[in-house]
Amino acid sequence: MSEPLLSVEGLEKHFPVTKGLLQRQVAAVKAVDGISFDVVKGETLGLVGESGCGKTTTGRLITRLIEPTGGKILFEGNDITHMSQGRMRPLRRDVQMIFQDPYSSLNPRHTVGAIVGAPFRIQGIKTEHGTKKAVQDILELVGLNPEHYNRYPHEFSGGQRQRIGIARTLALKPKLIIADEPVSALDVSIQAQVVNLLEDLQGELDLTYLVIAHDLSVVRHISDRVAVMYLGKIVELADRKSLYESPMHPYTNALLSAVPIPDPKGRAQRERIRLQGDVPSPLNPPPACRFHTRCWKAQEICKTVEPPLETLATGHQVACHFPENAPTTPEPAVTTA
Amino acid sequence: MVTYIIRRLIWSVVMLSIVSIITFAIFFLVPRLAGATSEDLAARYVGRTASAEQVKVAAEKLGFNDPLVVQYGRFAKGIVVGADYDYGPGVERCPAPCFGYSFLTRLPVWPDLLDRLPVTISLALGAAVIWVIAGVATGVLSALKRGSFFDRAAMSIALAGVSMPIFFTGMVSLVLFSYGLKITVAGGTYTPFLTNPATWAYDLLLPWITLAFLYAAGYARLTRAGMLETMNEDYIRTARAKGLRERTVVVKHGLRGALTPILTIFGLDLGLLLGGAVLTESTYSLPGIGKYAIDAIGRQDLPQVMGVTLVAAFFVVVANLVVDLLYAVVDPRVRLV
Amino acid sequence: MSFLELKDLRVHFPTDDGLVKSVDGLSFALERGKTLGIVGESGSGKSVTSLGILGLHKGGRAKLGGEIWLDGEELVGASAEHVRTLRGKKMAMIFQDPLSAMHPFYTVGSQIVEAYRIHNDVSKKVARKHAIDMLGRVGIPQPDRRVDSYPHEFSGGMRQRAMIAMALSCDPELLIADEPTTALDVTVQAQILDLMRDLQRDFNAALIIITHDLGVVAELADDILVMYGGKCIEYGTAEDIFERPEHPYTWGLLGSMPRLDRDRTERLLPIKGSPPSLINVPAGCAFHPRCTFEDRTGGKASTEVPQLVETEGGHLVRCHLPRDTRRSIWETEIKPSLEAS
Ligand SMILES: Nc1ncnc2c1ncn2[C@@H]1O[C@H](COP(=O)(O)OP(=O)(O)OP(=O)(O)O)[C@@H](O)[C@H]1O
Ligand SMILES: Nc1ncnc2c1ncn2[C@@H]1O[C@H](COP(=O)(O)OP(=O)(O)O)[C@@H](O)[C@H]1O
Ligand code: SF4
Ligand code: SF4
Ligand SMILES: [Mg+2]
Ligand SMILES: [Mg+2]
Repeated sequence: MSEPLLSVEGLEKHFPVTKGLLQRQVAAVKAVDGISFDVVKGETLGLVGESGCGKTTTGRLITRLIEPTGGKILFEGNDITHMSQGRMRPLRRDVQMIFQDPYSSLNPRHTVGAIVGAPFRIQGIKTEHGTKKAVQDILELVGLNPEHYNRYPHEFSGGQRQRIGIARTLALKPKLIIADEPVSALDVSIQAQVVNLLEDLQGELDLTYLVIAHDLSVVRHISDRVAVMYLGKIVELADRKSLYESPMHPYTNALLSAVPIPDPKGRAQRERIRLQGDVPSPLNPPPACRFHTRCWKAQEICKTVEPPLETLATGHQVACHFPENAPTTPEPAVTTA
Repeated sequence: MVTYIIRRLIWSVVMLSIVSIITFAIFFLVPRLAGATSEDLAARYVGRTASAEQVKVAAEKLGFNDPLVVQYGRFAKGIVVGADYDYGPGVERCPAPCFGYSFLTRLPVWPDLLDRLPVTISLALGAAVIWVIAGVATGVLSALKRGSFFDRAAMSIALAGVSMPIFFTGMVSLVLFSYGLKITVAGGTYTPFLTNPATWAYDLLLPWITLAFLYAAGYARLTRAGMLETMNEDYIRTARAKGLRERTVVVKHGLRGALTPILTIFGLDLGLLLGGAVLTESTYSLPGIGKYAIDAIGRQDLPQVMGVTLVAAFFVVVANLVVDLLYAVVDPRVRLV
Repeated sequence: MSFLELKDLRVHFPTDDGLVKSVDGLSFALERGKTLGIVGESGSGKSVTSLGILGLHKGGRAKLGGEIWLDGEELVGASAEHVRTLRGKKMAMIFQDPLSAMHPFYTVGSQIVEAYRIHNDVSKKVARKHAIDMLGRVGIPQPDRRVDSYPHEFSGGMRQRAMIAMALSCDPELLIADEPTTALDVTVQAQILDLMRDLQRDFNAALIIITHDLGVVAELADDILVMYGGKCIEYGTAEDIFERPEHPYTWGLLGSMPRLDRDRTERLLPIKGSPPSLINVPAGCAFHPRCTFEDRTGGKASTEVPQLVETEGGHLVRCHLPRDTRRSIWETEIKPSLEAS
């Protein structure tokens, strides 16, 4: 495979928690706690996990909307982790974000033309036939009518607004798009339109995506590789096929098994794994394997030794002492100390 | 919860110190910046008849030549342990809490204020009871019958109420109730509650109504807006779905939710009023703190003005504290802080 | 007569922009112990229907028409006060967002106690005991302690459990759950769906589950009603809807949805356009501007409202296409494209 476009190494974001009279820092919300992955040019990496496990924070770290507390972010081989805002500016064109809520992410007082054209103005870019023409081309690209140029966001439906949001991110021909729950606020029939649009654009414009979503079926549909997060850590990372067909981490298994299946005939026989309770607070994550409080395979070792993220099959990384579906001949790298 | 209370308490003490510093600065620093000498300041204390020599001695003895910090220290100490004013010809004792000593009346300020406090408290509390009941009831009814004749009439009157100056409403009610209907006295008299509660109330009725009208108007508008918002909340739908009577839904669920912002405003309003309902007291010549302030300003009696200012600020800070603590009682979510 | 029967229910809201026909002629029947799933996209009239059954539109701006029969009693014409006494006791409801659906200033326990004491003349102590029992029953750990917690101290899943406890506190015979799991994570959603399934068996209540997620109805429902633009466009058993759907909109929903139980398809098959405004519902078949088969009905689609007709054994469809055409389109065009990888 080619060089990664984006490379994240040991990325960390600890939000301080302050308390008492002097607002001393007493603890930290470990929203993202040392995650590493690569995104290769032209691929789609999906990021899934339950609410609060750090998906959005990861996206915001990569776009440098918030400052990481540790780790490194490399974009096209350049370390951008602590790059100043001034030097980031050209990079801002290359990395764009699509937000979940198509209602609140568009300024209601600006026309579609102004919203989609804003990146041109902010970055001071001249286009061949003027900004208006460029914006109308983009509107057409995302399936909106170029005549919508002078209309306001409230005149559009949810799906159309999400298209406007996408048009805005495309204005500067980015290389990497981070989409945070791009379809979860949309109706089922509209979700499919937007998913197809994202796929078409990827082909036409040679885009790379990092798609954050909690809907495992949507993620399977659009991702080439998928990372599963639990309480600020990546617990499994694999290509789509192996992750969905032979998931190794117990958490991934539980997640998949919880998805309701639109097949009323099969519901009686289906074997289910049911997790107890909710995700623990990231303020006090369980020690060692963070999943051990809900894991049905947990043993003593899970409470004392943190399982490292290891490659157990080609391109399939898992952090678990007792993985499911593991290859029968385990990799010889097991320590014997 | 305990740290919350302690933090609020400490904050209040800090606020009070800041207020005393600012007050001090207004009365001692600002005149100096405007070019006044120590002698000019001392002249106010010993009276115009004193000779230049006497003034000079007084300035020295009263410490006007000391650095400002030392002067402030003495002033603050006076509040806690009392102070002796040695102005040359004699020494005047000002017992703790010494909020200043008037050389015009030859009396410490605090006992004077204490005398007048019952009047102001009677006026403020009585009016508060009326305006809260009238304002909240009108607001609730208006919200429930939104768009009705009652709503429109009540809101027009309320708009007039908040925009009319108090001496105008005061005059109108004076003419209406006292001279026209002859049901109240024209003001100017005050009977202590303990002497005769009935006369107490009778004497205060007109000032109460005048003051309450002004505030009730604002509270009606606030309550109406709050009720319109809370009655649209999901939990109101839940309350109805349980089968609760509409009256219980409105009062126990709707009003309770709408009351929190009203509580905040109420605390501040009451705090401000306890520092002297200046206009009402002077309109009806009631011997309260507000009247005292007006008279002091008229006489240019600086220690008295300063004393009133401090006491008024004290009430505001305490009211703030009480509101914050009540807030935590009313809204359990605040207790997390 | 069935336990619950809606006959031609209409709920219209007069607004400044025009008349919103949120529900426009809805009929169905439901027996005790059975589960009906109502599916449709946002704005199709699902919530308005459920609030209508509970009588919560009474006294509002809504104009109601048609009949609602609950256990032999007609509710549309009944007095608001009478319907109120049935609410919470005979019929109860669970809402989508359990955080905003509970009063933030009262403890979870006191809100359940309140619900119980409206319809049961018991002391606070007895009611509290009952609230603790109910919380335990819906799977909240240490119910005797958690009964005094405030809603914000609960996690999303626990809040929804508490809502269920509140709704079931008076042993209702009809339970309506409006998007009960939409705000929850998949793992918690699975727990709540299991809980509802178990409780329904214990209580033998009639259950209406409203959702936009076909997966959720497939897990629970015996019968399914698909709504579009305030009308039922297809009704049948869960098997009818998933195995032999006959309405183009239902096909569209199935094609829009990526499925984990099948091989991944190359492309999703969305429905074009977006759901209609209920003020200007398209003339004729409300779905026709978005329908791929509109041209096969010989122009009738945009002029004539199709009737809801039975195709076979209680399976109802509202579409001008002849039955055989629908079946052959499903078998030869739609079904294969959903399965192709
Ligand atoms: N500014 C902040 N200060 C403190 N904690 C924060 C902050 N932002 C996020 N968190 C915490 O970090 C954790 C991860 O949050 P994040 O928004 O990344 O979750 P997520 O995986 O995107 O969840 P969802 O699926 O609900 O969107 C959460 O526990 C959240 O409460
Ligand atoms: N009080 C109301 N006034 C006017 N229109 C309403 C009112 N309540 C709901 N509607 C409209 O009725 C339609 C159906 O709403 P609803 O039943 O909530 O949809 P859903 O199927 O998403 O639950 C929507 O178009 C909505 O805007
Ligand atoms: S390490 Fe142990 S507790 Fe953690 S997921 Fe694996 S088996 Fe479960
Ligand atoms: S009646 Fe016509 S337009 Fe409507 S669903 Fe059937 S085929 Fe489509
Ligand atoms: Mg998020
Ligand atoms: Mg709804």
